[in-house]
Amino acid sequence: MTSIAKPPVRHPGLQRNALGYTVRDYEGAMSTLCAGCGHDSVTAALVQSFWELSLPPHRAAKMSGIGCSSKTTAYFMKQSHGFNSVHGRMPSVTSGASAANRDLTYIGISGDGDSLSIGLGQLSHAIRRNVRMLYVIDNNGVYGLTKGQFSASADIGSTSKKGEANMQQPIDPVLLALTLGATFVARSFSGDKAQLVPILKAGLSHNGLALIDVISPCVTFNDHEGSTKSYKFTREHEVEISAADFVPLRREITAPETNDDVSVVAMHDGSTVRFRKTADSYDPTNREQAYAHVRACQLRHEVATGLLFIDESGHDMHAMARTVAQPLVELPFADLCPGNAALQTLMQQYR
Amino acid sequence: MSGINDFAFKMATVNGTGSASANSLLMQAIFRMGIPVTGKNIFPSNIQGLPTFYEVRVSKDGYTARPEHVDLVVALNPSTYAKDVATVRPGGYLVYDSSWPLESELERAGITILGIPFGRMCVDAFVGDRDRTLLRNIVYAGALAALLEIDMDLIGQMLHEKFSKKKKLLEANHTAIKLGYDYAKQHFACPLPFHLEKMDATGDSILIDGNTAAGLGAVYAGATVGAWYPITPSTSLMEAFRGFCERFRVEPETGLHKYCIIQAEDELAAAGIVIGAGWAGARAFTNTSGPGISLMQEFIGLAYYTEIPAVFYDVQRTGPATGMPTRTQQCDLMSLAYASHGDTKHIVLFPCSPEECFYIGTTAFDLAERFQTPVFVASDLDIGMNDWMCKRLVWDDGYQPDRGKVLDAEALEQVKKFSRYLDVDGDGIAARTLPGVHPNGAYFVRGSGHDKHGAYTEDSDAYQEVVDRLARKFATAATVVPAPEFHRQPHADVGIVSLGSCHAAVLEAIDRLREQGIVADYMRIKAFPFNSSVREFIDTHDAVFVVEQNRDAQLRSLIAIETGVPRDHMIPVLDYGGMPLTAKVVVTAIANHFAQVPA
Repeated sequence: MTSIAKPPVRHPGLQRNALGYTVRDYEGAMSTLCAGCGHDSVTAALVQSFWELSLPPHRAAKMSGIGCSSKTTAYFMKQSHGFNSVHGRMPSVTSGASAANRDLTYIGISGDGDSLSIGLGQLSHAIRRNVRMLYVIDNNGVYGLTKGQFSASADIGSTSKKGEANMQQPIDPVLLALTLGATFVARSFSGDKAQLVPILKAGLSHNGLALIDVISPCVTFNDHEGSTKSYKFTREHEVEISAADFVPLRREITAPETNDDVSVVAMHDGSTVRFRKTADSYDPTNREQAYAHVRACQLRHEVATGLLFIDESGHDMHAMARTVAQPLVELPFADLCPGNAALQTLMQQYR
Repeated sequence: MSGINDFAFKMATVNGTGSASANSLLMQAIFRMGIPVTGKNIFPSNIQGLPTFYEVRVSKDGYTARPEHVDLVVALNPSTYAKDVATVRPGGYLVYDSSWPLESELERAGITILGIPFGRMCVDAFVGDRDRTLLRNIVYAGALAALLEIDMDLIGQMLHEKFSKKKKLLEANHTAIKLGYDYAKQHFACPLPFHLEKMDATGDSILIDGNTAAGLGAVYAGATVGAWYPITPSTSLMEAFRGFCERFRVEPETGLHKYCIIQAEDELAAAGIVIGAGWAGARAFTNTSGPGISLMQEFIGLAYYTEIPAVFYDVQRTGPATGMPTRTQQCDLMSLAYASHGDTKHIVLFPCSPEECFYIGTTAFDLAERFQTPVFVASDLDIGMNDWMCKRLVWDDGYQPDRGKVLDAEALEQVKKFSRYLDVDGDGIAARTLPGVHPNGAYFVRGSGHDKHGAYTEDSDAYQEVVDRLARKFATAATVVPAPEFHRQPHADVGIVSLGSCHAAVLEAIDRLREQGIVADYMRIKAFPFNSSVREFIDTHDAVFVVEQNRDAQLRSLIAIETGVPRDHMIPVLDYGGMPLTAKVVVTAIANHFAQVPA
């Protein structure tokens, strides 16, 4: 059995959110990933984010494909529906679910194999479609479940555990998403919860597809000297350019907005994201500048993290499709079926 | 053989020159004269410049299968002259463009050749290449009106309906029709021996193609999500769905849509979208053809194993690989019945006409939701893209969709621990929950091994328990899917089994066989899995012929596999060249069989 329920231990002192839930209520089954896996840290950050946002668990849906990352949807929010689909196809399943019920919060968890190799097409088109969802890529540069093959995000010169060096160009999901017109692009590090949680919360409030590439080292197959996605490498080369501080609408905004280091971006749902600029003149609403910055960091062998680009004015899938505000699943049949009188009128055209 | 209201004619033109509108004008006019009529569009997989044909059959007896011989050919494509001349039956007629000298290859003894200078008349009457090319088609329609005695008032009325808002076009079309009509009247003995006379046999009928009817059926069945990737010959199904949604499902005050159509990046994504939407509780469908079904295989298995409703319209076309995209076949029967890897079996429905394509919508969605599984509608190009004469469609306003076993918030309030795959009722169908409804309904859909509670498992017994229940569910489905349709005759000694678009040709063949002293019962299979009456029918007939449009006798194999009837007890009658079936193929095969078997 690889699905292990967590013992329901109660900590009476745990803080409760607006819904009366403790952070433990947002947890799921016990993780079966390797001890120390970066993905578990991402799961912990997700749990923290959901709790802080007071997300009603049953109004969220956890979507995934196949791979170590995709397994993690079982490890949080046990009161949410989850859909572990087929390899690389989470984006299409989520598109369909969102088409049917636009009111749920969709949390897609994918990996570099799932999204950048087998599912590259689906990721690209979900971005173009701008499906309203949080899209997390747990990026470790390696295929874990099949034991250590390079993925499409492995850097040139990165060596596998057996010592073989990767010669192929990596695909950077952040650059890809920026090119494809994504309206929310961020990168973080699984070991940096302080940065990751606000970004996740901002992504959950975004009106469109929020892509978050999370460098999440594989402790078993890709955390050694020579790997560019190891803990050591990432810690040493991470460059934070824009720290997001997320303030939901239901809480009073207390931070002073006159601070020159902070720019405030209003989210679609009325909440705001605050960007603390650590680099001079970095503008997270400028796509070209974001692209140039990520490339510049790359050339310096640095990993640009933070909220790199955001555009809250874009049209999501439903805006483009002009669907009604009410979820399609809630429309009564009488609203959908034109009835016999309309049919008989129509039949005149086929005479 | 041919006579009043009983003949066929064919137009041989070049695609992309606008002949389709002239051909449908002719079809429609004959239909409005109250005479049963069928049109078969034999078109190339190409946009412009290749040969294209349109066959019209007029049948006072109401036969709608493809004609076996052609009484008159309008040959307007020099590149196919030789073949076109050869298709005219002895004693028949050929119309050609006499603007140029008659090609030697057009000469043939035993037929009458009528030259009409279409090209020259158009050069004289119209300005510009575009108008001259387009209106040449209307000129031949006019000539045919004279030769076949098509009601000119009706044609005038139809042109008016079509071009009432475009006065210039209306005038040009009137001129063109009259040019052809007058020329034929002045130069030939009109009408020809075979021609039209008004009847009253189409009053309750419509002319419609299967893809349009299927798209309309999906609207009426309450489908809200459609996902697809363009592929011939299924594309027009989603276009029809979109058109009808624009008519019936747009909020007048806001202009917002009560539907969502997603043109996906490929068929894999289309399948994923439909499955995601079905999981979330919508009635969702995709439309595709064989190559798309191949691409969807993995997702189909996921939906089967995780038990998610989804409807797949497969408008079949010819062959493996790209094959012949604009030709018809019934070649996906096996690949639909057992689609995907692992142990999988699916409900497949076989409409035989556009009319059934409409009504099958509710059947397909009801079955998909009731059995929480993919359901396939196996149409084909002949049904999907040709105009068929059908009974006027009616809708039962009392219809309520069968959503299957879905626990609502109220029911879930009482549930302590929801188990997704528990067979409580013994019919193999477990209750499902939809996301967003209630925390107690949460479960984790997984394509990986799961037990009856939905939990991950690698345990043999727990795995088998679930797949055995799926087999039980499939057995239940066999008792619920549409039963075969039987056409029996007294003293029948022969059984014919067929399905789908073969129906029209088989019905005609049965009449013709009777004239030859062969009396046949006929079973039209409407669904897979097979109802027990399928085996009974075969067991109770000494000689059983299975008529289908594929090379490998796939229906016969399915029957043998699923019912245990020995394959050799069924004689295959196969037609797989890509053309709609003719009665002649069936009659010849069966008559030859008895001619060879000593009495």
